[in-house]
Amino acid sequence: MKLIAKYLKPYYGRMFFGLLIKIFGTVAELFMPWILAHILDDVVPQAKLDGNMRPMIFWGVMMFFMVVIARTCNVIANRKAAEVSKNTIYSLRNDLFEQILHLSGKQTDRIGIPSLISRMTTDTYNIHHAINMMQRMGVRAPMIIIGGLFLTATLEPVLTLVLAGTLPFVVLVVVVVSKKGIPLYAKVQQAIDVMVRTVREDVAGIRVIKALSKNEYEKNRFGKANDAVVKEELKASGVMAMSGPLLNLCLNLGLTFVIIVGAFRVNAGISKAGKIVAFLTYFTLILNAVIAVNRIFVMMSKAIASAARIDDVFEAENDLKVEESIGFSSENRLEFRNVSFSYQGDMDKLCLENVNFTLRKGQNLGIIGATGSGKTTLFHLLMRFYDVTEGEILVDGKNIKSYPLQELRKRFGVAFQNDVVFHDTVQENISFGRDLTTEEINEAAKWANAYDFIMEKEGGMEHVAAIKGADFSGGQKQRLLVARALAGGPEFLLLDDASSALDYKTDAFIRKQIRENLKHTMTITIAQRISSVMQADLILVLDDGVVIGQGTHEELLETCETYREIYHSQMGTEL
Amino acid sequence: MAAGQGPKTPAQKRGVEKAKDPKKALKGLWEYLKLYRWMLLGAIILTFASNGFALVGPMLSGKAIDAIIGPGQVVFETVFYYAGWMVLFYIASSALSYVLGLLMRTITQKTVRRMRQDVFEKLMELPVGFFDTHQAGDIISRISYDIDVINTSLSNDVVQICASIVTVAGSFVMMVIIAPELVTVMLVTIPLSIAYTKYMTKKTRPRFSKRSAKLGEMNGFVEEMITGQKPIQAYAREEVMQERFAKINKEAMDAYYDADYYSATMGPTVNSINNLSLTLVTVFGAILYLKDILSLGNISSFVQYSRKFSGPINEVANIAGELQSALAAAERVFRVLAEEEEVADIYGATELSDVEGNVVIENVTFGYRKEAAIIKNFSLNAKKGSLIAVVGPTGAGKTTLINLLMRFYDPWEGEIHIDGTENREIKRASLRKAYAMVLQDTWVFGGTIFENIAYGKEDATMEEVVEAAKAAYIHSYIRRLPDGYHTILTEDGVNISKGQKQLITIARAMLLDAKMLILDEATSNVDTRTEQKIQAAMERLMAGKTCFVIAHRLSTIQHADTILVVNDGQIVEQGSHEELIKKKGFYYTLYTSQFE
Repeated sequence: MKLIAKYLKPYYGRMFFGLLIKIFGTVAELFMPWILAHILDDVVPQAKLDGNMRPMIFWGVMMFFMVVIARTCNVIANRKAAEVSKNTIYSLRNDLFEQILHLSGKQTDRIGIPSLISRMTTDTYNIHHAINMMQRMGVRAPMIIIGGLFLTATLEPVLTLVLAGTLPFVVLVVVVVSKKGIPLYAKVQQAIDVMVRTVREDVAGIRVIKALSKNEYEKNRFGKANDAVVKEELKASGVMAMSGPLLNLCLNLGLTFVIIVGAFRVNAGISKAGKIVAFLTYFTLILNAVIAVNRIFVMMSKAIASAARIDDVFEAENDLKVEESIGFSSENRLEFRNVSFSYQGDMDKLCLENVNFTLRKGQNLGIIGATGSGKTTLFHLLMRFYDVTEGEILVDGKNIKSYPLQELRKRFGVAFQNDVVFHDTVQENISFGRDLTTEEINEAAKWANAYDFIMEKEGGMEHVAAIKGADFSGGQKQRLLVARALAGGPEFLLLDDASSALDYKTDAFIRKQIRENLKHTMTITIAQRISSVMQADLILVLDDGVVIGQGTHEELLETCETYREIYHSQMGTEL
Repeated sequence: MAAGQGPKTPAQKRGVEKAKDPKKALKGLWEYLKLYRWMLLGAIILTFASNGFALVGPMLSGKAIDAIIGPGQVVFETVFYYAGWMVLFYIASSALSYVLGLLMRTITQKTVRRMRQDVFEKLMELPVGFFDTHQAGDIISRISYDIDVINTSLSNDVVQICASIVTVAGSFVMMVIIAPELVTVMLVTIPLSIAYTKYMTKKTRPRFSKRSAKLGEMNGFVEEMITGQKPIQAYAREEVMQERFAKINKEAMDAYYDADYYSATMGPTVNSINNLSLTLVTVFGAILYLKDILSLGNISSFVQYSRKFSGPINEVANIAGELQSALAAAERVFRVLAEEEEVADIYGATELSDVEGNVVIENVTFGYRKEAAIIKNFSLNAKKGSLIAVVGPTGAGKTTLINLLMRFYDPWEGEIHIDGTENREIKRASLRKAYAMVLQDTWVFGGTIFENIAYGKEDATMEEVVEAAKAAYIHSYIRRLPDGYHTILTEDGVNISKGQKQLITIARAMLLDAKMLILDEATSNVDTRTEQKIQAAMERLMAGKTCFVIAHRLSTIQHADTILVVNDGQIVEQGSHEELIKKKGFYYTLYTSQFE
């Protein structure tokens, strides 16, 4: 709520202007049934007596005026509402996007990527919708209820009581039905999830299903999930089916009651028949407003929940602070000193344990180890997506915490595992918003052995990659990402299993290009394949977060058994 | 692999869609609804009855009001009489509309259930090529999202359309009965209201399409950027992307506002036309009342009817929009149902029995796209127990051979024989069961480990499954799990490692006892110890079988009887390791490059 208020604040002026206009429009609307009653009860009988038509024409024209005023005011107010909500959401969304892009790895992990996406989309829509409708109906509906009750009270206080007496029933119906129905819909959603999961699974495993001729089995399995959905849906919609007829019944019985009570009042000479007619009109107006208020509440509660989810993102504190550090001029380009790390910050669940190594200028590093051994984590720490739990990482003799974040990261060129190819031109995918010349881009593409297949695409460098790079093969995507990492000649080149989909030959070619063309770049390669790292000046063998061997290829063959095992299994034992 | 559909931009995906052939889609829907036509007829009758009853209300109230003449003159008997009827009619109407709701929900759910089942069963019969050319998300959205849209539309719109027809027609008749003179007033305002709505929809529709397109674009961008958060941070591109987003955001919001700006006039204007008509009715009604042609009760009833009358007209635009999207969804669903299924087994196709495992490929030519054959005149003789290795760079089309052997695709020309019988003369299910298959994309489904291993053999006992698991070196791991063989694997098998998944699929293959084996060796992303287990398990699995292996390991390759070297989808060389090395061709460079 606070969040919404904060973003609405700059537009308070415009919003109140719109609301003020809306009030005029609503007042005009409320007067219409009043005029109607006046015409029927006073003007017409009077005219019948003296034959003077002028009052009638006057009130007819008045009515017309009210119509015009109501329309004009409502249109202006609606437009103001649209304008206010547009501006509010525009800035909210920009700020949220900025915040998300700056989240630390820890915070991104906590919330999760899919959730961040839905906060950026669904949640901002919910708020947009709520702000818009709030302005359009939030004033109008309560005003119609209060104003309507007030006006009817001046017409006929007792009938007003009858009218007010129906309202609690309406509210009761709405509350009871939604209280029973909404949890049922949660169950429907669960059943749907199971069903969708079955489909997703089977689409992925279609070859196995067909190979084993399990079509009928899968049809049955799906049939069960399908039936479960139908069963839950029947339950939920059965409850919800009551709300419409019940509301109508309340409304209509109330109407009947107004007529009966009205009959007594007229008979006693306290009221007039025309007032009953007007009452019937007010009645519908007010009850519709009550239903609208109910809808506003649902919408608001949704928007408030959304705002809380967004607020959660905003409140995520930047935990990667830049710290002062005394710099030593050092021969060492990169140094890990007793680095330990846990994603949970828990020393019992270490992901990396006491990692130590030093690289001098001109040296390259290779890292090898099983999945989950902490290789990628090492990159994450080096680029400071996360802060180390213990120990320190030094670049050029200075703790990386002492570099401004962006300055630190700008020194790296990196290709992650499962990295993203953006839905943009190939050129843009390589340059990635950096000021790179066409030559630099082409060169990087050539080094990464990507230039040829890019040129084969329609438009070459201007070819727009499909979403998630779907029009590139796995190997082509990897080469594109390597080209991105190479472009601009970074100080540090980090390749995280970036050649797993490439054949040995291409992999070797790229490595050669890097060696020859990026002489001042320190390359750090993570690989499953020994041939990708064996030429490095230093190789780390990681196992379950622990460095179980480090040294050159030859040294490791001597000293590290795991390394030897991997080597033999990949190169064939007989070699 | 095969010719895919052009990639869709997010805007295309999320934009407003219209059915290309609404009549056909409607007809398709009717095919389903027809099954419940008696229930549907019942629903229509109920709709008429419940709305008809509700329509009587205002007339009765008018009569009651007419009995309220003035102080001391109220005829209470008449008032109560009509009020009593009103209560009865209203209760009846509400009760009927509740029954109608229940009936409609039954019809809808039955229809939707059947439709979903049909689509799924269709999927199971489609050739593998369909799944190669359609994204999983696209397929899933047909079965969930599209059918859901149809569901909503069926359950709301059908009733609403019928109800609207009854209400509009009924109100009109009532108005004519009460005061034909006043109806002439309506003849001015109704066309005005319709014309205005039409004019406005025409004006706003392109704006709304643009708005959804722009929002779709923004969604796509957001999704992409948040997914790519790490590289953006890694390259310190935050500001650049923010600027781009601000631009897209602005465009989206402007489009949103533009649509809102125009549609903001809709509601109030239609309302004001209604109010205008109310004014005219009141004034003219008053004149008629003066001339004693109309009673006060008549005017009251007339006013209520005129409100009822104009209600549905306002809703027309909404319903039309919903119907349109439902028809578009139906069209997408029917398109799946119209896909061509795998060719049926020929008449007299045989079951394979006592397979020995002699596979002969003769002069096969095949390609995924009509114009591009990628295997030309290819022949291979794989005697039982032999090892055929397929090697080549990634993405070079090594799976094509598997697709042909398993009859996921049929060759254009040439024949494949198993023990002397032509593939197409064998029942497809029987042919496929003659092969055991272990693919690199290991597939486990949400069920117990037992079910996953026993998947290929319906009557497998626990002993057999344990036996297979032992042979695949996974038994001791499974036993250590708290629920052992009854451990439920979650979606994508996230609670077990990739290597263990691989072992489970090997155990599944072990249980099959097939004479031929298709194996896609996986090398990456598995730790050394598991890797060794997998290798040992695979060797055990290969023993005594005719094996077709997509090979990554030198040991496998060197021992192969025949090596097929694939590049760019084509088989470029064929021979034993020694022969190919001597040839100094593509295989030679591939082989030597590893030791550079």
